[in-house]
Amino acid sequence: MSTPPPLVGGPYLKQSPSVTAIMGLVMVALAPATLYGFYQFGWPAINLFVVTVASAWLCEAGVLKLTRQPLLPAVGDGSALLTGWLLAMTLPPWAPWWVGVMGSFFAIVLAKQVFGGLGQNLFNPAMVARVILLISFPVQMTYFVAPLPLGDLGAPGFLDGLAITFGFGVSGVDAVSSASILGHIKTELGQGVSWSTAFREAFEMRGMIFGTVPGSLGETSAPLLILGGMLLLGMRIITWHIPLAMMGTIAIMAGLFNVIDPLHYPDAWVHLLSGATVLGAFFIATDLVTSPSSPLGKIVFGVGCGALAYIIRTWGGYPEGIAFAVLIMNAATPLIDRYIKPRVYGRTTNGKPLEYGGGEK
Amino acid sequence: MGMMKLFRIRGGVHPQGRKSLSADQPIRDVPLPDLLHVPLQQHAGQPAEAVVKKGDLVLKGQVIAVGQGRISAPVHAPTSGTVVGLGRYTAPHPSGLPGRTITIRPDGKDAWADLPSPMDPFECEPGVIAKRVAESGIVGMGGAAFPSAVKLDLGRRFDLHTLIINGAECEPYLTCDDRLMREHPDEIVDGVRIMAHALGVERIVIAVEGNKPLAIRALAHASKDVSTIMIQEVPARYPMGSEKHLTQTLIGKETPARGLTAEIGVVVHNVATAMAVRDAVRFGRPLISRVVTVSGEGISNPGNFRTPIGTPVRHLIDHAGGLRGEPARLLLGGPMMGQPLADMKAPIVKGTNGILALADLPPTVAQNPCIRCASCVDACPCGLVPLEMSAAIRKEDMARATHLGLMDCIGCGSCAYVCPSSIPLVQYFNYAKGKITKQQRAEHKQMETKRLAEARTERMERVQREKREAMAQRKAAQTRTKPERSETQQDQDGEEVSA
Repeated sequence: MSTPPPLVGGPYLKQSPSVTAIMGLVMVALAPATLYGFYQFGWPAINLFVVTVASAWLCEAGVLKLTRQPLLPAVGDGSALLTGWLLAMTLPPWAPWWVGVMGSFFAIVLAKQVFGGLGQNLFNPAMVARVILLISFPVQMTYFVAPLPLGDLGAPGFLDGLAITFGFGVSGVDAVSSASILGHIKTELGQGVSWSTAFREAFEMRGMIFGTVPGSLGETSAPLLILGGMLLLGMRIITWHIPLAMMGTIAIMAGLFNVIDPLHYPDAWVHLLSGATVLGAFFIATDLVTSPSSPLGKIVFGVGCGALAYIIRTWGGYPEGIAFAVLIMNAATPLIDRYIKPRVYGRTTNGKPLEYGGGEK
Repeated sequence: MGMMKLFRIRGGVHPQGRKSLSADQPIRDVPLPDLLHVPLQQHAGQPAEAVVKKGDLVLKGQVIAVGQGRISAPVHAPTSGTVVGLGRYTAPHPSGLPGRTITIRPDGKDAWADLPSPMDPFECEPGVIAKRVAESGIVGMGGAAFPSAVKLDLGRRFDLHTLIINGAECEPYLTCDDRLMREHPDEIVDGVRIMAHALGVERIVIAVEGNKPLAIRALAHASKDVSTIMIQEVPARYPMGSEKHLTQTLIGKETPARGLTAEIGVVVHNVATAMAVRDAVRFGRPLISRVVTVSGEGISNPGNFRTPIGTPVRHLIDHAGGLRGEPARLLLGGPMMGQPLADMKAPIVKGTNGILALADLPPTVAQNPCIRCASCVDACPCGLVPLEMSAAIRKEDMARATHLGLMDCIGCGSCAYVCPSSIPLVQYFNYAKGKITKQQRAEHKQMETKRLAEARTERMERVQREKREAMAQRKAAQTRTKPERSETQQDQDGEEVSA
């Protein structure tokens, strides 16, 4: 043997997707909902997506360069692209380019690299960016448009798209500015209108299911997001614990309050199908780095995300609460991991060896 | 075939079996090599002590080294010939460092020594069987090489109800147990009954993974008239062959941490061990050869070979058609828990179940940082959190690693098998276990030193005190002759104080 490889303990057989493959699979799972978002919101959405993803990647490379770390494998692992992608999904589709660029900066530099890069961040980078943007630029971050599908009469063409995203010249498109479902219901409830009246005035259930409603770029199509989530479950990238616990908690809380006071509390379907619930449950809260590692810990985490999201949506100042809920539970993840661990083989949950009594003569 | 209710074990992985390379190759004998290198340490416990010297003529099956202490095993001559060396020779260990070895030049006659007389096992006391097994140098042949007699004697200490025979053979590539079960089912069933008699148990389960249907069929046929034996198919899932996990699958109970399966009434032995026990009891033949799987993409003609103990690996590989180019890694044992082989000079020992030449290797250094995906948590059959353990070990925080359950890790490698970042988790754990053992040894030594030092100080003080007392008594005896009462009183007081 000329140059034997270093003596490292086994196993000498291995079978698992690489980190890059995992990131790639998540992107594949996101693709249907993303493409549908492009179709719904047209060229401005495509521009914003490209700008956000590209700037996320450039931020990653920039920080590595600045801190004199090797560019490879970090820039090739796909994690920055995925962060940018997820962030773009949560932005208003006609937001200006600089919203995407600043968001990527916050996500990659502040939320990820400052903590030490891949695997080290405490908070979900895309959600950190979204929350900073929402607080700093409330106008741009709540400017939603009614869908104008690509190719429709009145939909922005390629040049109009550039004008909307980058602000060159004036686009000839009259966008119908509109509130998101949750935003609309919150406003109307504040004015004493019952949620169902408010809901029926503005939207159709069918539209909400299929995503033909105003909303963030990639959040509106629940079926396509669920399809992607199923793919992740099937490929064992994520487990069922967080999505089920989170959506189950939202459904139970919404159902409960809807039964108590049907006029003021929207029913479970509105909460499950609107806003970032589905995207959050399958793609955001399940972020491997920032969620707990044990099955029971994941359930606790999911329940926490669901409950906080419902509380913020219902009684908080913002109509949407997924991002805040996920960030708060991210902060609790180290605590959850410390106290909730799988039971060790042959030991009680307290860590004492099992005792059966008898046995020895 | 059995119809037991099976219990699910936590975690585990499904590696590709790759057993078809050698599974259809019948067991063949290996011709004797020019020299046999028989190590004195082939088992867990104390090494054996040589009882032959250079130049001695030995016969096949003759004792050449005797066991030392309670956990040990004797070593026998694998064939007849001359002892040409008694020294140190490359051990079958990743380090390739030499260990004490007896080297024999076979004379080609293969002449047997006078063997212990055959026994009718069902006519004798259980203890007699264990004694014969001990004298025959039999150790666990599944790989751990724990002296079998110790495990056959557990019936005296524990209330046992079941003997489990481990035919799981869950490691990829390995087929030696599969072939034994297919070719010698009657002998195995006989050996298993002898073991059950030694242990005093009425219930026997022979567990075989579902990927060996021919072995299951052969055993079922061989045991059809034995009501105490049940042949049970178990799911092909690594690490099913771990005795504690196999026991849990069959019995539904976990073995207490750091304890023995005997504490829950179960003793587990390997199929090849059962066969060796039969040879020892029925024919007086000691353990001097074993079946070894030679396989891997780097071997020209993979197969299963009955190999005399002490045969150099190179001789065995040559017999399997030689290497097919330069292998990426030579292994002793399976690819999941096997050890890298440093040198092909090293001999086959009692615990060697396979020699593998792998054509390619997974990455040996981490390809990415840990992304906390928790695949390792889901894969761990012991309920540990490998990602946190490895993080603690990276910081040399052995106390935390121990607190997280490092010592409950069985080293099966399921975690590293599924890690998307290719972090060499087992390497971390082995490093830490070694470090902790060393630390404990140092602490023990320190405590012993302290104890001895204190004992010495105490002894010295006592000697001094005794001297003082003797002096005081002499003085008192002298003063008693004096008339003054008061002075005597004083002296007595003084004595009391010093006492």
